[in-house]
Amino acid sequence: MDLATLVASWQDLIMMWPEIEQALLETGLMLTVGLSAAVLLGGPLGIVLYLTQPGQMFSHRWLNGVLSWLVNLVRSFPFIILMVSLVPLTRFMVGSTIGPVAAAVPLSFAAIPYFARLVEQTLREIPRGVIEAAESMGASPWQIIRKVLLNEARSGLISSLTILTISFLSYTAVAGVVGGGGIGDLAIRYGYYRFQTDVMVAMVLLLVVIVQIIQFVGNRLASRLDKR
Amino acid sequence: MIHLHAVNKRFRRPDGGWFNAVEDISLSIARGEVFGLIGFSGAGKSTLLRLINLLERPESGAVLVDQQDLTALSASELRRARQNIGMVFQQFNLLANRTVAQNVAFPLEIAGWDRDKIAARVRECLEVVSLSDRAEHFPAQLSGGQKQRVGIARALASHPKVILADEPTSALDPKTTQSILDCLQQINQRFGVTVVIVTHEMGVVRSICQRAALLDHGRIVEVMDVVNGTVDARSDLARSLVEAA
Repeated sequence: MDLATLVASWQDLIMMWPEIEQALLETGLMLTVGLSAAVLLGGPLGIVLYLTQPGQMFSHRWLNGVLSWLVNLVRSFPFIILMVSLVPLTRFMVGSTIGPVAAAVPLSFAAIPYFARLVEQTLREIPRGVIEAAESMGASPWQIIRKVLLNEARSGLISSLTILTISFLSYTAVAGVVGGGGIGDLAIRYGYYRFQTDVMVAMVLLLVVIVQIIQFVGNRLASRLDKR
Repeated sequence: MIHLHAVNKRFRRPDGGWFNAVEDISLSIARGEVFGLIGFSGAGKSTLLRLINLLERPESGAVLVDQQDLTALSASELRRARQNIGMVFQQFNLLANRTVAQNVAFPLEIAGWDRDKIAARVRECLEVVSLSDRAEHFPAQLSGGQKQRVGIARALASHPKVILADEPTSALDPKTTQSILDCLQQINQRFGVTVVIVTHEMGVVRSICQRAALLDHGRIVEVMDVVNGTVDARSDLARSLVEAA
């Protein structure tokens, strides 16, 4: 690649800036909705999965089995098939099946069981004795969840959220293929369909930078919160 | 202060059979006493201790603490009753993400105290265990002995009538062991708290207990008096333990 083409590519990208900005916003929107759903619904689901395990506070073999089976079921779908299967639900919920808001529906659907598992795994790391100590002081289940489980696992929970965010950044690219928009979609539309390799490379580089930033921030936050 | 009436506790073994951890034990511990539960591993001493605050629920029998039958209480009544029973653990079981002061404050937060009262009480308790200068440290920054002193301060915080100590010195070296035992004894004498201590060492019994029950295979072999640092042992098992110590 000579200097002239490099300059031309750069000018292309500058011309495209409004579109890139738009794509960034769309990706941000999809991630925000998906991650919020994961934290608000997947988080509690993960706590329930943990608490209903044998030997835990609300040990319940039947409920734990059913929930665990459901989580596995949703997680076994390849994301693109999950998206297509959820088209009717998406249309029902947002009235359309294209655009970042519509794409956020299957993203959330996939993110909830994913995060639930991560939360469950993280909570398992807490020593049993610490929970028992709280029980011996007369702590209620709710106090144990809030003050012991979530507080002792906070650094692991942040690391889990970091993993989830990065995984779902790449899921948003898949969502892009079926009209979700976002950075990944831009890369495919220009780079793949229109053979503008420079745009594709630039978008991938942009994603690389975003992933590095997310991981860096996640690591910093997790280690700051970890006093163990 | 503590009365156990014919308590039984058994556990399911992996092979499907039952293991009788505590068999038909009756025991009374007086107010202000330091009482030992001694025996080999698997004798049922820790289970017996955990029956006193119902961390283990007995299959049958009654557990009375401060004239209240804990087995008859509802879940929320039991939680309130437990606020009168402090507990100290072999592995300390401190909250790693809370400072020393926040750990001691924990039982008080649970009991719903106001902030100001909590802060004052935490200062008092840390003074009792001589850790005032470590209030803002995290458990990971402390030695084993210091961690256990935080555990004791935490157990003391809510003005309990009883402190249950489950092998509180077994993870510590001999010198630190003595300082922890002194600390427990001081709390017993200054505040009149009844202390029940589980141990496998006769030395611990000799150094702070007034009486101790020797357990074997889930039953009490004998209850021994400790007079002027000598254990009055009658059974063969007790004598062998006294001689070994």
